[in-house]
Amino acid sequence: MTERTPGFATLAVHAGAQPDPTTGARATPIYQTTSFVFNDADHAAALFGLQTFGNIYTRIGNPTQAVLEERVAALEGGTAALAVASGHAAQVIAFHNLLTPGDEFVAARKLYGGSINQFSHAYKNFGWNVVWADPDDISTFRKAITPKTKAIFIESIANPGGSITDIEAIAAVAREAGVPLIVDNTLASPYLLRPIDHGADIVLHSLTKFLGGHGNSIGGIIVDAGTFDWSKTDRYPMLSAPRPEYHGIKLHETFGNFAFAIAARVLGLRDLGPAISPFNAFQILTGIETLGLRMQKHSDNSKAVAEWLESHPAVAWVNYAGLPSNKYYALARKYTPKGAGAVFTFGVRGGYDAGVKLVSNVKLFSHLANIGDTRSLIIHPASTTHSQLDDEQKTKAGAGPEVVRLSIGIEDKDDLIADLDQALRA
Amino acid sequence: MDHDHYSDAYIRSILTSVKTIAMVGASPLNVRPSYFAFKYLAERGYDMIPVNPGQVGKSLLGKPFVASLSEIGRPVDMVEIFRSAQYAPALVEEALALTPQPKVIWMQLGVRHDEAGARAEAAGLKVVMNRCPKIEYGRLSSEISWMGVNSRTLSSKRPPMPTHGMRLSLSRQSVGGAETPAADRAARTHEH
Ligand SMILES: Cc1ncc(COP(=O)(O)O)c(C=O)c1O
Repeated sequence: MTERTPGFATLAVHAGAQPDPTTGARATPIYQTTSFVFNDADHAAALFGLQTFGNIYTRIGNPTQAVLEERVAALEGGTAALAVASGHAAQVIAFHNLLTPGDEFVAARKLYGGSINQFSHAYKNFGWNVVWADPDDISTFRKAITPKTKAIFIESIANPGGSITDIEAIAAVAREAGVPLIVDNTLASPYLLRPIDHGADIVLHSLTKFLGGHGNSIGGIIVDAGTFDWSKTDRYPMLSAPRPEYHGIKLHETFGNFAFAIAARVLGLRDLGPAISPFNAFQILTGIETLGLRMQKHSDNSKAVAEWLESHPAVAWVNYAGLPSNKYYALARKYTPKGAGAVFTFGVRGGYDAGVKLVSNVKLFSHLANIGDTRSLIIHPASTTHSQLDDEQKTKAGAGPEVVRLSIGIEDKDDLIADLDQALRA
Repeated sequence: MDHDHYSDAYIRSILTSVKTIAMVGASPLNVRPSYFAFKYLAERGYDMIPVNPGQVGKSLLGKPFVASLSEIGRPVDMVEIFRSAQYAPALVEEALALTPQPKVIWMQLGVRHDEAGARAEAAGLKVVMNRCPKIEYGRLSSEISWMGVNSRTLSSKRPPMPTHGMRLSLSRQSVGGAETPAADRAARTHEH
């Protein structure tokens, strides 16, 4: 039998899914149930003891969710995955596998604002300490490493600026330090960029964005690359030590190169509880079937809109890594050759008032605080997400008074350009 | 034979052809990986024989423990080594001394001994090292997909409802060159 490698589009449609054994249903059914009947007491004990494969209770796993997990693992080139209720929940569960109170992790300074909040404030209550580094200066990562460092966290394409991170350079720092590299790949999606190919040990997504892709469901996922040796030291006891939660099972020993995903499920999700609903898993799964088609269109449209904006008299600057004028263009050519994604910022002449006017004048773009929808989205951070900051803080956060962020959809590009044109002129 | 990468076809040919498996180092403790693998393989219809001199007189899931391979007293198709790598050479010699000889030596995930493997191959046996037969069976049948694991297989066929003792089809389409290099990058060498 010849073993050939199916392409991305084939995996996006097929990976993880098969006709339903009971009914023959070809689309993945929505298993909208909280619980699953055991065959007998022995089966129940085997399931609870992690001795056999199967379903117990939807807080721990669900068949619709399992299809989603295998599909994203396949697209990212990972060994396994765990889907959860949101991108933020994926972050908490991933760090819960790694950190104990007093531990540190190094994170890129350029991140989604919500992640900056989560790391700076919510994690303090757990005694998990973030140390910031600058993704534009790799040496800052090396300097930030201490004996307490347990992981490095970056975004492949950073929200909101759309800058491209040099994953391989940071992966080298992580390897040297003996800690796993976690990459949030939300803005790129595996169609544009696969972080595992560049040295990531764990990949996270907010499925809410491009993977689901239709702005209808919140979800998140943790993908295990299977690359990190959790038992080499005793620094990752959730994976290497006998677990009291399961009568002394060692998860890495038992589950090998997908132990991180299993630990995330049976220690993190089981005990912390942010399960994804089967309905959301289904919606996101359906979205993923067209990921390649959408992502190419998102990127092609973005390039066209960015080029057009760059020559517009009412626009001061455009920050899109797919433009040759951009400081991240070389990194974009290397890491995202098919396109630099669909989220980027530009500056309007006329500052704060011009920004406010633009978002109120658009007719096709939607003024809201999300990204990665089929619909084109626009936001003026200074008057919304970052309005609580003073002007200097706004500018530092990349949310100066003139900054507008776009998430370009899959409509006809000429209609998007016409809408921005009328709104900039009005 | 490249023992860094096994094709799915190779693993599939072993798991579909063997019927009787002697597991050396089978543990009666229900949190040990050997117990998990023993139980699963028995559930999937393999004739399992637990080998562990420390447990003779007891049985594992209804199968009496035997002290050594030579005391099994009937042909075995595969010997699974669930002991640390240092014991592999002696166990391979013991397996080769059986008549008839087993067809396969399988060393558990985390266990690899290239010289012992080469010795078995030279005698005409198939060898797998540093893999778990439960994981491989679960992967090729896609039963492992319940846990969000990437089976690296695809199928458009309607599978039967799995029941106790049932053998599952392992003939799904393989994905991604059907190799498992990631397992080796994270290969462990500590004791079992
Ligand atoms: C890069 C990135 N990571 C994580 C998140 C958080 O995801 P969620 O909103 O699904 O919790 C977001 C949301 O905007 C994001 O853009």
